[in-house]
Amino acid sequence: MADTEAILRTIDLTRSFDMVKAADAINVTMGHGELVGIVGANGSGKTTFLNLITGYVKPDHGRILMMGHDCTGLSPRRITKLGIARSFQVPQLYTGLSVRENVLLSLAAASGNSASFWGPLYRRPWLGESGEILDRFGLKSYAERSVAELPEGGRKLLDIALSFALKPRLLLMDEPTSGVSVEDKFQVMDTLVRVLRESDITTIFVEHDMEVVQRYSRRVLVFDNGRVMADGDPISVLADVEVRKAVLGRE
Amino acid sequence: MWSNRPPLAALVGAVLLMAAPLVVPSWILFILTLALAKFMVVLAVALFLRAGLVSFGHGLFYAVGAYTVGFAVKWAGLREALLLVPLGTLCAAVVAACVGVVMARYRGVFFAMLNLAFSMIVYAALLKLYWLTGGTDGLGVRPPTFLGALPPRTIARMSYYYMTLAIAGGVIYAVYRFLASPLGYFLKALGENEIRIEYSGESARRVIYLTYILSGALGGLSGVLVAFTVGHIVPEYAFWIQSGEFVFVALLGGYGSVPGPLVGAIAFEFIRTYASKYAPEAWQMTLGLIMLAIILFRPGGLWTIYEALAGRFSQRWRGAESG
Repeated sequence: MADTEAILRTIDLTRSFDMVKAADAINVTMGHGELVGIVGANGSGKTTFLNLITGYVKPDHGRILMMGHDCTGLSPRRITKLGIARSFQVPQLYTGLSVRENVLLSLAAASGNSASFWGPLYRRPWLGESGEILDRFGLKSYAERSVAELPEGGRKLLDIALSFALKPRLLLMDEPTSGVSVEDKFQVMDTLVRVLRESDITTIFVEHDMEVVQRYSRRVLVFDNGRVMADGDPISVLADVEVRKAVLGRE
Repeated sequence: MWSNRPPLAALVGAVLLMAAPLVVPSWILFILTLALAKFMVVLAVALFLRAGLVSFGHGLFYAVGAYTVGFAVKWAGLREALLLVPLGTLCAAVVAACVGVVMARYRGVFFAMLNLAFSMIVYAALLKLYWLTGGTDGLGVRPPTFLGALPPRTIARMSYYYMTLAIAGGVIYAVYRFLASPLGYFLKALGENEIRIEYSGESARRVIYLTYILSGALGGLSGVLVAFTVGHIVPEYAFWIQSGEFVFVALLGGYGSVPGPLVGAIAFEFIRTYASKYAPEAWQMTLGLIMLAIILFRPGGLWTIYEALAGRFSQRWRGAESG
C-alpha cells in the first residue's frame, strides 16, 4: 500500500512500562475519511496507543508515519502542528475562561498568529468562526458563559470542539462519551459523527460501550494486552467469542 | 477574566491623578510619584500571578533599570530623561531575555526561587563591586533633564510627577492590549491547563518567555523612574525583601486587574508613610495585619472592594429604572 494513501500508519509500535507491554508491535493503517473505534478491556493499551501517536509517550521501538512523514518521537506540539489533534477522557479545558474564549484560543493557536500581543483575541474572523463551531457542536447558547457552568456532556463536546478548531486531518478521541449519561450518549455521538463527516476528518475513538462502537464506526480495532487482536467491521468482530471474552471479561 | 468595568472609574481616577499636583502638598506628590513608578514593577509581578506563577526576584529588573540610570549618570554624564527611560527599559528587557531562557522551563516553587536566586546574584554583585556601584553607599542620581533642559526648581517635582503619570498611562494602555491579545489569554490559560496549550500546538514556554521579557521591561522602567524620584539608588533594590514587597503590593491591590496593582501601590506607600509616622515601632506589624485582613476577607485585593460596590450600585440603578 502506498504511504500517501494512508493518513496514519504505525509500524511495529512497541512500548513497555515496567515489564508490562502496553503496546506490542502494533501495525495499523488508517485510510482517509475512516471512522475507527477502538475497544478493549481496562489496561489493554487503548489510551497508550493514543498517547504514542500524539507524542505524549515515546515508543521503545517502531515508527509512526503521518501521510508518509515520519513523526516518531516528536513532541505533542509538533505533532499537533502536523495535523493530529486529540481530545481527552477527562476534558482538558481552560476553566477560568468562557466557552467562546476556549475556542478562540484554539483558533489563535491554529492560525500561527498566537504570539500576537497587540491585536485582540476577539477579532472578527475568529469570532465568526468560533460561533460557527459552537453552533455545530450545539454549544452556542453557552458561548459567553464560564466553562464551569457547562454540564458534563457539554464539557466533553467542548473538549472535542477545541481539537476540531485546529482543523486537524486526524482526530483522536479518548472515550468521547464517558461520564455522559446514558440518555445523552447517543445524542453526543450523533453530533460528533455528523460534524466530523461534514468536515472530512479522519477519526479514531476509544470507547467502552460496544453499542456505541457498533452503531457509529465502520471499522473496529480490538486491543488486548497491547496487541491488536481483531480488526474489521464491527458486526462480525464484536460477534466473535474470543473478542467478547477479551473485552468484557468472562462472558 | 479580569473585569472590564470602569470607564467611569478610569476617568475619575485619571482626573484625580492629573489634578493632584494642584491640590496636594509637595510631600504627598512625592509619595504619589513613587507609587506610580513602583506600580509598573508590581504590574509585572501581577502578570505572572495571573498565570499562577510567583516571582520573588523582580527586584532584579528593578535594580537593572535603576543602576542603568546610575551608571549613565556616573560614567557618561548622561541625565536626559528621554534617553534614560528607554535605555533602562531596554537593558532590563535584554537581561530578562537572557534569564527568561532558563525561567521559561520552570513552574511553581522553582520559578519563584530561581527568580530569587538570579536577583540575589545581582544583589551580591552590586554590593561587592564597590568601584563600580559604590557598594552599600549606592549611587547618587542627579535630577534628569528634558530635552537638555532642567525644569526650574519650583515646578521640578510637578514635572517629574507628570512624566511618571504619563508613562504609567502608556503602560496601562499597553498592558490592557496585551491582556486582551491571544498571548495575554494564553498567559491566563497557562495557570489552568498547560496540557491543552501544548495540544493546541502552542508552546507554554514561549508564552512564559515572551511575558517574561515584557515583565522585565516593566520592572526596568519602574527602576528608572524610582531612581529619578528618589535621587539615590542602593543594592537593596535587587534584594529579595524588595521583590517580596512587590508581591505583597500585588496581593494588596489585587492582581486580577490592571487597576489593582495601581491601587495597591498607592495604598502601600501611604500606609507605610503613615504607619511609620504614627506607629514607628510597629509599622511592619501594621502591614502584616492589613495583609492578613486582605487575604481573609478580600482575597481579590482592594480593587475588588470597588468592583463589588460598583456592581451593587449599578444593580440598584437598574432596579430603580425598571421599577
